[in-house]
Amino acid sequence: MSEATPKGVLTTPLFKNNPIALQVLGICSALAVTTSMSVSLVMTCAVIFVTAFSNLFVSLIRHHIPSSIRIIVQMTIIASLVIVVDQILKAYAYEMSKQLSVFVGLIITNCIVMGRAEGFAMQNSPKLSFLDGIGNGLGYGFILMTVGFIRELFGAGSVFGFTVLETVQNGGWYVPNGLLLLPPSAFFIIGLIIWVLRSLNPEQVEENEFKIKANTEPKEAV
Amino acid sequence: MAQSNNSIKKILTVAFALCIVCSVIVSTAAVALRSKQQFNQELDRKTNILNVADLYEPGMDVNETFESSITPRVVNLETGEYSEEHDPATYNAFEARRDPAASRTLSGEKDPAGLTRVETYSTVYLVGNPDDPEQIILPIRGQGLWGLMRGFLAVEGDGNTIVGITYYEHAETPGLGGEVNNPRWQAQWEGKEIFDAADAVAPAIHLAKGGASGENEVDALSGATLTSNGVTNMLQFWLSPEGFGDYLAKFRSGVSQDEAQGADVELETEGA
Repeated sequence: MSEATPKGVLTTPLFKNNPIALQVLGICSALAVTTSMSVSLVMTCAVIFVTAFSNLFVSLIRHHIPSSIRIIVQMTIIASLVIVVDQILKAYAYEMSKQLSVFVGLIITNCIVMGRAEGFAMQNSPKLSFLDGIGNGLGYGFILMTVGFIRELFGAGSVFGFTVLETVQNGGWYVPNGLLLLPPSAFFIIGLIIWVLRSLNPEQVEENEFKIKANTEPKEAV
Repeated sequence: MAQSNNSIKKILTVAFALCIVCSVIVSTAAVALRSKQQFNQELDRKTNILNVADLYEPGMDVNETFESSITPRVVNLETGEYSEEHDPATYNAFEARRDPAASRTLSGEKDPAGLTRVETYSTVYLVGNPDDPEQIILPIRGQGLWGLMRGFLAVEGDGNTIVGITYYEHAETPGLGGEVNNPRWQAQWEGKEIFDAADAVAPAIHLAKGGASGENEVDALSGATLTSNGVTNMLQFWLSPEGFGDYLAKFRSGVSQDEAQGADVELETEGA
């Protein structure tokens, strides 16, 4: 990888090296919290906060972390930050925290956070690591908001809770697509996003690990 | 450098220091924000109660309206009488269900809502004059499709006519079972009756598929049969003599509280 620059670490995770679309990390929470845009937005902010600060703290003490317990050290920092975020949400955004329920706590297991702490913050300066955390959080959030937009618009007929397509349940004309409100639909949408991104940037397409042999010519039975 | 970092002394120091710092941060956050969180929970509960009683308007002072128009009372579910044993302001019926001394087990046919345990005392909320309430708000809970659903049912002072229903905690599928909180669906409940004329003990109210007819039916949620069953089951339980049935019977008999005592005994023997 080329030398990390402040601008580079902030912008590459958005499209070029998106944590969800390219590295396919953090899919679990992306399926769960994208039923509506406002929930996705809060989740995005929480993840940006956690990745940025866990990267910062891990980077600050990176010269003192014994390599034998480095994963545990990172986990402890991440877990503490997640609990703080959870407590703040419960105190200042109670409605939101009810909707997010366990998924705030599950940021701990979000591979993006752990991956950036181990893969980037352990080798780079605090400032760069902090920006890298924000960049990756934004990359995660970008996918989350896109998926949330599609799911909320076609699943519930609204955007950020404001009605755009009046649904039949509320006396309108639009029959909402129930599938989009269920977690599996996010799989399809994320799959399509990955397809689009890789068609635009062909270098993202991975090489095949093996080749399927061409069909052998059928032989007549003896 | 790497060598010294991996000495046992260094490992222990780093681990210990990190634990201390992190635990201080976490506990500071938890302690500093606790009062705010409890306030939010209270406010949420009160908002839901006002909501089900049709008293809620966006932007109102929830605490003040709650204080002025609603009186919580603790009811003994076995006798249907008010109890002075617990302070309604602090008594938590949901916690009490786990306490063997303050609850009883349910099984088989007696447990349609899948509760396993039910508390002996429960809190009801009375709107208006506590001796002759305009509305009685009952806490209800039961299994839906994915988990426990908790909510409130508001009944008029006659102990039979429903004012509204709301769920403040559930894990139903958004768009399908989650429609229990759709205002349009909730609006159908107004004016429905819990009991039909023939049977004064077993509640008749239920959700009906393919369109409701009559005073005891409400439209089931389309695409959410199991959630609808859950709603019916929990109403069947909480409005039966196992739940608030005895308590509501007093209001239904249409006589004042003192006389209601006698009427209640009558009803109970009838039911047995």
